[in-house]
Amino acid sequence: MSAPELEIEGLSVSFGQGTQRIQAVQEASFVVERGASYGIIGESGSGKSTILRAVAGLNEDYSGSVRIDGQEAPRPRDKRFYKRVQMVFQDPYGSLHPRRMIRATLLEPLRIFGFDNADRRIRQVLEDVGLATHFAYRYPHQLSGGQRQRVAIARALLLEPEILLLDEPTSALDVSVQAGVLNLLDALRRDRCLTYVLVSHDLRVVAHMCSRVAVMTQGRIVEELSADALREQRSHDDYTRQLIAASRGRTPLDAVNGEGAARSDPRKDAVHAK
Amino acid sequence: MSIAQDHDRGGWRAWLETEQADSPGQARAQAVWRAWRGLARNRAAFAGLAVLVVLITVAILAPVLAPYPPYAQDLASRLLPPSFEHPLGTDDLGRDILSRILYGSRITLMMAALVAVIAGPLGLLVGATAGYLGGWVDVVAMRVVDVFLSFPSLILALAFVAALGPGIENAVIAIALSAWPPIARLARAEALTVRHSDYIAAARLQGASRFRIVVLHVMPICLPSVVIRITLNMAGIILTAAGLGFLGLGAQPPSPEWGAMLASGRQFMLTNWWLAATPGAAIMLVSLAFNLLGDGLRDVLDPRDD
Repeated sequence: MSAPELEIEGLSVSFGQGTQRIQAVQEASFVVERGASYGIIGESGSGKSTILRAVAGLNEDYSGSVRIDGQEAPRPRDKRFYKRVQMVFQDPYGSLHPRRMIRATLLEPLRIFGFDNADRRIRQVLEDVGLATHFAYRYPHQLSGGQRQRVAIARALLLEPEILLLDEPTSALDVSVQAGVLNLLDALRRDRCLTYVLVSHDLRVVAHMCSRVAVMTQGRIVEELSADALREQRSHDDYTRQLIAASRGRTPLDAVNGEGAARSDPRKDAVHAK
Repeated sequence: MSIAQDHDRGGWRAWLETEQADSPGQARAQAVWRAWRGLARNRAAFAGLAVLVVLITVAILAPVLAPYPPYAQDLASRLLPPSFEHPLGTDDLGRDILSRILYGSRITLMMAALVAVIAGPLGLLVGATAGYLGGWVDVVAMRVVDVFLSFPSLILALAFVAALGPGIENAVIAIALSAWPPIARLARAEALTVRHSDYIAAARLQGASRFRIVVLHVMPICLPSVVIRITLNMAGIILTAAGLGFLGLGAQPPSPEWGAMLASGRQFMLTNWWLAATPGAAIMLVSLAFNLLGDGLRDVLDPRDD
């Protein structure tokens, strides 16, 4: 039995100094097996995106350890790390350079890593994400949100990574487009044996995409359960039950009566997500 | 014949306006075409551009257009008012003012272009680097900029010329040295707004080095506002060049630089107005053209409209 692909242990991230200090993530630990899809769910501000950014090396100021195949990820992250781990951002309107042609955006990683046959690879990856070849010659403002997100996924795939970090990949998209992008991600994972870490506030997305799910609130992972358990609402944690109930569009009586009612309504927060 | 031409033009337009570009060249041509359409719609900017195109043409064709050599003195016909023979009159040494203005456009344009070529990239690089990297690089670069900005630019240029010695080359260096700090400030402000954006983070995740990010990702974002700023500054640059010439620190006589011409015409202003009025009008016209063009470019290139 080999070591799990991605191992997070005791990850803590805080922002600010002194009294302004905010503990965004506290002692988060989880393990993602090779080829698995791991979901992190929670209201906005619960620290789930912060975990992804710390893993990706966008925020190097964390404590704890991030291991890939049992090896500690270097700080700062090096090119070898990015060859294996790539990320798709939440907002497709912000993650593509507005003044660069799609082709230039896709060419960038190939140039940096010295890949050959750049044009063939770009054609292939565009085809893989369901875009016609001529999209390479457009600028981001000429594309719709769903098309942009497909380009962002294509960019992440170009380096043929093993692990893909997905930061709410569909939350900025229309509901009609969401399903297409999710199915694309699902198919890519199966075809390429990718390992996913998917962050979302949408329970249905996580239940659809992931085999194991961590529930986060206020910087802590409060529960980890399988997607089946999530669907069948077999949860032991108050907060998880509340979250499930909120996403089903009703508030259970026990949450109203119990102290859980004092907590913020996750559904409301989810709507306010950026 | 004309139908065939129309068809041909239609083909080009279709090629430029079609939704599907088939090559990088076509996509770039389309972007340029859209910017051009935007500029052509703005009448004031178009007028400014037209004046500048005429000016550049005149500067290139000066030897053909000028009726007399710019240095030819004719003391018998000095201080003549505008006439058919001398459309803008003659100066105190009997030189034809129109010819001198035409040749002077070469000097003015060359100085303005050189200053833009030196100050633009320098300010852009310093500003984008400081804004993106932050930390001590930012602090050092911005304090240097502060020092430069705490002097009026003409005074600073004067000091540089006084140290380097009078002449056109030194005037260009002096003006460029006083012109880059505001550009650096502007580029830094633009860089600060994008340094935490997702597309810069994405570039980092592609393994891009800091240098690559600054040059290929941050600088293109700063470029439009820098181009606008330089175009608007061009008027000031021309005025500073003329001012240095006027003070005797720029172009030296007998070179037909507009500022120097204005200075030598000053003593005849009350009796022979055309000596000072014509180079003054030329300076004003070119400055105005650059201002109008800069304003129009702001409408076309403003990064916040898409």
